[in-house]
Amino acid sequence: MALLRRPLLLLLLIVTHQFLQFRIAFGSVNEEGQKQEEFYEELLLKPLPDRKLLTHFHFQSSAPPSTSNGRHHHLFPKAISQLVLKFQVKEMELSFTQGRWNYESWGGFDPIPSSNAKPPGVELWAVFDAPQHLIDALWKNLTHTLSGLFCASINFLESSTAYSAPEWSFPPASGKLRYGTLPREAVCTENLTPWLKLLPCRDKAGISMLLDRPSIYRGFYHSQRLHLTSTGSGSEGMDPGIILEQTLTVVLQPDSQRASLAHASEKHIQPSWSLSSIFGKQISGRCVLAETSSVYFLLDKGLVAELEHIHKENEKSEENVLISEKFWNNPSFELSAKPDRIFIEESSLLSKNASVLYKFEIEKYGESEPFDLGLFWKTPVVWLCQQAPLHANRFLMGSGNERGAIAISLKSTQSSEGFMGSNSNDERCELRVDVFQVVPWYVKVYFHSLQVFVDQQPKAVSDIIEKIHVSPSKDKVSPGVMELVLTLPCSVSSAVLTIEFDKGFLHIDEYPPDANQGFDIPSAIVSFPNFHARMVFLENDSLNKSPLLSKFQEKSPVMSYTEVLLVPLTTPDFSMPYNVITITCTVFALYFGSLLNALRRRVAEEERFLKDKAAKKMDRIPLLLSKLSAKLRGRHLEGPQAPPASSSFINSKSVLKVILIAGLAVYWQYYFS
Amino acid sequence: MAETKEKSLSDEKPKPRVRPIVRLGIFLISHSFHVSVVCCTAGVLALFLLPVLAKNTYISENALMPGSASPMLSNQHVSDGNRLVKDLTNPNSKSSETGIESHKIIAQYMLDLGAEVSFHKFHPQMNQFHPLHFFSSPDSGKIQENYSCSSYGINTVGIIRAPRGDGKEAIVLVTPYNALKSGFGEALSLGIAYSVFSLLTQVTWLAKDIIWLVADSQYGEYAAVAAWLREYQTPKFSSLSAPNAEMCPDVNNLFELKGHSISGSKFSNSFRRAGTMAAALVLKVRDQNEQFEDTISIYAEASNGQMPNLDLINVVNYLAVHRQGLRVNVEKLWSLLNSSWLKSLGEIFESLAKVAKSLYPKWKFGIPATEYVEGTATLASSLYYQALGVPTGPHGAFRDYQVDAITLEISPKFSLDKVWRNDILLRGGRLIEGVIRSVNNLLEKFHQSFFLYLLTSPSKFVSVGVYMIAFALLIAPLPMVAASLYVDANSSSKRSKGDSSTPSAITDTDEHSIAIRSWSPTTSFMIWVLLSILSLLTLNSVLASPLACAKATQEKEWALVKSVTISSVFIGLGLMSVINFATAEIGALLMVPMCLLAQPLKLDVRAGTLRSFCRMICNLVLGHIAFPPAAFFLLKGMLDGFGNANVGDFWMWVESLWAWNSATYLFIGMVQLPCWVLCISILFHTC
Repeated sequence: MALLRRPLLLLLLIVTHQFLQFRIAFGSVNEEGQKQEEFYEELLLKPLPDRKLLTHFHFQSSAPPSTSNGRHHHLFPKAISQLVLKFQVKEMELSFTQGRWNYESWGGFDPIPSSNAKPPGVELWAVFDAPQHLIDALWKNLTHTLSGLFCASINFLESSTAYSAPEWSFPPASGKLRYGTLPREAVCTENLTPWLKLLPCRDKAGISMLLDRPSIYRGFYHSQRLHLTSTGSGSEGMDPGIILEQTLTVVLQPDSQRASLAHASEKHIQPSWSLSSIFGKQISGRCVLAETSSVYFLLDKGLVAELEHIHKENEKSEENVLISEKFWNNPSFELSAKPDRIFIEESSLLSKNASVLYKFEIEKYGESEPFDLGLFWKTPVVWLCQQAPLHANRFLMGSGNERGAIAISLKSTQSSEGFMGSNSNDERCELRVDVFQVVPWYVKVYFHSLQVFVDQQPKAVSDIIEKIHVSPSKDKVSPGVMELVLTLPCSVSSAVLTIEFDKGFLHIDEYPPDANQGFDIPSAIVSFPNFHARMVFLENDSLNKSPLLSKFQEKSPVMSYTEVLLVPLTTPDFSMPYNVITITCTVFALYFGSLLNALRRRVAEEERFLKDKAAKKMDRIPLLLSKLSAKLRGRHLEGPQAPPASSSFINSKSVLKVILIAGLAVYWQYYFS
Repeated sequence: MAETKEKSLSDEKPKPRVRPIVRLGIFLISHSFHVSVVCCTAGVLALFLLPVLAKNTYISENALMPGSASPMLSNQHVSDGNRLVKDLTNPNSKSSETGIESHKIIAQYMLDLGAEVSFHKFHPQMNQFHPLHFFSSPDSGKIQENYSCSSYGINTVGIIRAPRGDGKEAIVLVTPYNALKSGFGEALSLGIAYSVFSLLTQVTWLAKDIIWLVADSQYGEYAAVAAWLREYQTPKFSSLSAPNAEMCPDVNNLFELKGHSISGSKFSNSFRRAGTMAAALVLKVRDQNEQFEDTISIYAEASNGQMPNLDLINVVNYLAVHRQGLRVNVEKLWSLLNSSWLKSLGEIFESLAKVAKSLYPKWKFGIPATEYVEGTATLASSLYYQALGVPTGPHGAFRDYQVDAITLEISPKFSLDKVWRNDILLRGGRLIEGVIRSVNNLLEKFHQSFFLYLLTSPSKFVSVGVYMIAFALLIAPLPMVAASLYVDANSSSKRSKGDSSTPSAITDTDEHSIAIRSWSPTTSFMIWVLLSILSLLTLNSVLASPLACAKATQEKEWALVKSVTISSVFIGLGLMSVINFATAEIGALLMVPMCLLAQPLKLDVRAGTLRSFCRMICNLVLGHIAFPPAAFFLLKGMLDGFGNANVGDFWMWVESLWAWNSATYLFIGMVQLPCWVLCISILFHTC
């Protein structure tokens, strides 16, 4: 056996050696030209104030620009690169969302809500690197491709009534952007599976192993996003480099709530959790294809401040516990694993507190020792997440099937006072707000009816609105788009925009085949270009390897989406087409019949004829008739008038006969039963 | 039936080149007397047959699926609710004069559940009369200049966001609560709502947001709900008086609660909204009760006889009867239950049905006489409340915004000791839970079932297609009689002069009646009557006398006036049937016989036959009955006994119609009274 085994081993060695050599050779060839394809996997966990937990999965694969045409990829999904090549996509973002991001309690200022809080349903925007006249065609093809790729009805964005081309209000603004949303799209596992297929390890290894379908879809908010940017190819014949960023943001409620509810005293303690308790799984090792594989645990500013406050009260020591050696076992909470690194946010001038980020490397853990991060709260903590300067809210006004109004209300959040305060020394402190609103064509907005109220006082539109771009809707062709730049005084406490609309009528085949709930007005986007959702962490040297943290450092404006609105339109009762058809046919038959009759008949002749007959027969009915018809025509009957005594036509004998027969029949039936 | 028979008979005689439809028309006009007698009797008979023809209700929308899920409300939630009831009935909480303490308690309870809470402060609004209110959607109310600090109400609003929903729709649960003098029933209704609310914060099946509105009913339940809805649907953004209200000390005191709360961000001073409202339930618990069973009463009539979708009532009825074992009640005219003539009528129908069944076994339309009497009593009250045009509860405010809503009033059996209280909390809570769950299941708006119906019992209804027949039969002879009168009158004299001045006189007097408001009802009623008569007489002497000069027209003038009267009645009733069917139906019952029979008394006296004598008597009786105050007096006397009927009641009644913007008010003023005056003028015509 040993003899037999040895040659086999040798063979194996040779083969693997050759293979390795080949690999090395291949790699070196690539290295001469440009960088390798790379894949990163990261997970961010963040406790939220309302006893929930934010989990944010971030996967990034990148393909460098290359010369070969139609080449194969090692890690990068081929479907995506083909899509980018074929439709000349410069930048694209597709998101599937279920639930609403709760801006008030989950915050609206951090990079995570700002770029990952999405409107319910599907949102797709893309920037094309193509001549202007080709873009619409490319967009249509792109929607069909994505619809096939992600098993969703994205192809409904193909029709020109469904998408729009914002000019400048949408952040990556350019004339080549197309934007469309499907607020009603339901999101489920069938959309997640193709998304996971784009990952090199799928959900078989690494962090994505945690993606247990039931626990993800049990969450309060669930948004799966795909963002790709292609770095334009410098020279001819080069394929563009692509960076594909896949994120999945889930807000979960740790299960321990019920247990803690039992004890009234522990009611206010945040629920404790561990990865295995919320996902039912643990991370057993990293995805071997990933460059880095790490888990982050983020304590945001408000929470850190609160924890420090608690600690100071308890021990009166000056040193910062959260970053000291005993951080994982401090008086407020306990972490089950020891973090590898701790980052502290570079505190800006405006705010004293800084977020703290703990980093856990997955490489150390394996099958035998799976990674399972747990958090155990010891004392009740109450904190608030950082809010966007204004909280945007949108609602419908009015009732009935005729008209209504859309109102966008902006309310200042208390936490923003800090930002305002720094600027308030200036003479004219202004807060810039961009609003982007798409309205479907059947909601016919009257743009002249735009009204602005600031602090409950009506204001002239020109005072508040710095810049406005409106493209009115065309019936059955394109939606209405409204882009606004508002400049509000910093001291503003509330601002309301209202705009009135009429409800249109739809053709019968424009109604969707599903249940008639009403029609949706997609979310408006409210962004604050003066404020940047940005987190810069110290110890930058190690950060260039982490795409998630470098994403945090990007300067992107704070954005928030408003609610989707439901507009009830007049709806024909589809269940009774038969009645409608019958009634219409009857009315038409009567109408046309009498009209034709009136046109065809020669009245004068008939009247003469009838008069002759009356003279002969002395019959009363035709006389009466001719009289009536003359009356109806407003003319007086010529000739002698017969006295129109009411005449009886009922032949009393025949009536009696009929009654007698009916009575006999009834009696017969009654007698024999 | 009669018509077709006549038609076939008339066809026998060959009439060349006369179209049958014209021939039929002429025939009907020439026989208008027989036709009107047949139609009117058939119309009245059809009305009395309605309880027999009522169909059983069924849940038309399959998506509702009531009762398919077992209720999740457990004793845990009930004890939560009990805790709130105890805290609210605790004498300490009532120490504050304005009742703010109890609002704070409710808000704190809501916050503890993790719901979003806000207070809505409102000022009771004076009722304003909008003559054509029913055509337009409600506006955002007038800005009143001087709000005083003392007169405001506070609605407490809690909102649960559906965990995975998109927030496009919401279900509203309303519990009226008067913090100043709350009975135990109100506290109990809050307890029921709270136990349901605490369950709904935990469930995962929620697809629509839940709004719980604790309406401050110290200025009336309707006013509080209407104020909240006005703010929800048509808010005013430029409120000049807002800073004024903020200065009141109590109000600021109220908003101090948020600081101590665990989830501080959930509380806000600003008005909170959820999406489009899908349905609303108003929950009340009655304090005193003499029932032998736990019953639940459903009130559904909104302004101008609008009804919520029948499916909503069906769901409540199904869940209450088949799941929670509660007896469901719909408003009845109780005094009709003991009337012997109804009973005998029911017996006649029953025996007729028996005969019919023996003739042909498939004819099964009979119902027992007792059931018939009950059905008629319910139907009568259903007709009356729809005709009144005044909402029967706070749910009426929702209907103005096209939201289906009903009021549920639970009357528990026992005096409420502990065990029974828990039982009522559990059963009431489970009922509410079931209804909310059904509405939550609904993907569409309520549209499947009927909107136009009359209830004859909680599980039986008459749809519009059936009850329209009675009305159609009643008003069908009107145009024919008008035409035949016109033809008759015109044949003798070509000049046609309608006495068109009289209706305008009546509207004039109505304006008088609006002007006088500060006297007691009885005196103001008397003043109104006197003024009307005076102005009518003067107008008649001024305007109608020139016509009287021409002696030649005298003979048939009354016929022309009658023809005009009848056509105006027809047009008025037809229009009213579109706006409020029940009003038109009752109006037709009163006016059609009178209009058809009206003939100058002089003529009858002159004729001296038995027939003309009968007609005279009928005319006199009908002339009295059709006068609206007399009709009201008679009806009230019949129902409550004549002893406590007061002339001033009619004035009060009309004032309430006016205050609630009822279209019935317009109908009485613009159709019924003028036509009555015309009829009277025909009766006393000097020919």
